[in-house]
Amino acid sequence: MTAVHDQDAVNLMRTRVVLHKDRVAHPSSMDFPHTFPNEDLSWDLTKFKENFRIVIGFIGKNDMEFDMIGVDAAIANAFRRILIGEVPTMAIEKVYIMNNTSIMHDEILAQRLGLIPIKADPRLFDFRRGADDPPTDLNTVVLKLKIQCSKNPNAPPMAALPSDKFINSSVLSSHLQWDPQGEQAEKFKNDPIRPVIDDILITKLRPGQEIDMELHCQKGIGKEHAKWSPVATASYRLLPDIQILEPITGDSAYKFQKCFPKGVVEVEQNDSGEPEAKVVNPRKDTVSREVLRHAEFEKKVRLTRVRDHFIFSIESTGILPPQVLFVEAAQILINKCKVVKAALHSSGAYFL
Amino acid sequence: MAMVEPTVDTHGFPFTEGAIKFEVISTDESDPSCATFCVHDEDHTLGNSLRYMIMKNPAVQFCGYSIPHPSEFKIHIRIQTDGTMTAAKALDKGLDDLMALCQHVLETFNAKVAARDEYEIREGAEFE
Repeated sequence: MTAVHDQDAVNLMRTRVVLHKDRVAHPSSMDFPHTFPNEDLSWDLTKFKENFRIVIGFIGKNDMEFDMIGVDAAIANAFRRILIGEVPTMAIEKVYIMNNTSIMHDEILAQRLGLIPIKADPRLFDFRRGADDPPTDLNTVVLKLKIQCSKNPNAPPMAALPSDKFINSSVLSSHLQWDPQGEQAEKFKNDPIRPVIDDILITKLRPGQEIDMELHCQKGIGKEHAKWSPVATASYRLLPDIQILEPITGDSAYKFQKCFPKGVVEVEQNDSGEPEAKVVNPRKDTVSREVLRHAEFEKKVRLTRVRDHFIFSIESTGILPPQVLFVEAAQILINKCKVVKAALHSSGAYFL
Repeated sequence: MAMVEPTVDTHGFPFTEGAIKFEVISTDESDPSCATFCVHDEDHTLGNSLRYMIMKNPAVQFCGYSIPHPSEFKIHIRIQTDGTMTAAKALDKGLDDLMALCQHVLETFNAKVAARDEYEIREGAEFE
């Protein structure tokens, strides 16, 4: 009898991360060889392929959600980290200022320009290999920003808004003009290089003020500067699993329902005609643990998360579609392994 | 940040040009079953996922990684095997397994994205 219970406890520990009132129990992975008797947990690609699943929820213009089931957190986290910090994009890196009489200082202006997402496919460009590598049409995109503010001669006499009184009172990202170099005009004729969003306010001008500068975009990664990060966020959460251990009936069923976000728990009539709480959509739960604050539910419910079920969400900045970003991330992790493998083989340690 | 520079053989991915990528820091040269490997220009991304794959190897008794100093862009991977395999071979197997895993994830993901009637496509979604 106890043996059966122990087995249940072990299975719970292995497949679920259990959330208690004041702590999260055994969060780290334990699926390694020699951890459990009579069980071979060594790496097996065939077994992995059987268990592994991807279920895509939706793909939108700039965001997507999908479930990745059957991997360890170490792997899922590697993909997330690469998405944020190591998938390259093009961003403004050098700003040559000919004239800036706006109230914004040169360095602040340059910093703001760097953060504007530039729609240029980074896969078609090379990295600039240090300061000695000359800029070419293969590693640099040139944008120009030349704008002057003046009084609007046609402004109505009672105009109060700067946008009515003046021309070019706001400098927007749409004022950035692409200056194609070399073969770029031909290469990007179907998808001209431009800011992803047209109405990003860069600075404001008043009559007589002007900005004249040349901006050079280079390829880089988010680890060096966040302006190169291709995502607004890339994150995952584990699928919640709410286990009701004893039936929750009567008025407390409604109280139980209120402890969760809408749609997680429904109250239904059970066989004896009493209202009873049922978990219908645990995915919607935020796992706030509100239910554990009520003593009457403490022994009746167990809040858990499925250990190997990751709900991934990728929000792109719009430079590349989100599904392309994930493919790039997976490829980057493979390339990292290839580089280390080659270095290991040439180190001599491998042949000991 | 000079350390983030690209090379050709890393598929354009940045890392220090001409610098050492990999070192072996053995405590006992006569015993190849335990060693510490130092991998430059890597962090938790590769460190933790590689540690997981190496620990999945039954011949490995211990595997751990550390970033010795936050300002130095490198990781140390310590491997101790039961003697049936050298530590370097265990590292090599870990890299192979991780690559095979990623390859399968990549293929599955591509197949699922291609099956466009199985998920919701929201307005403005772009496919290549």
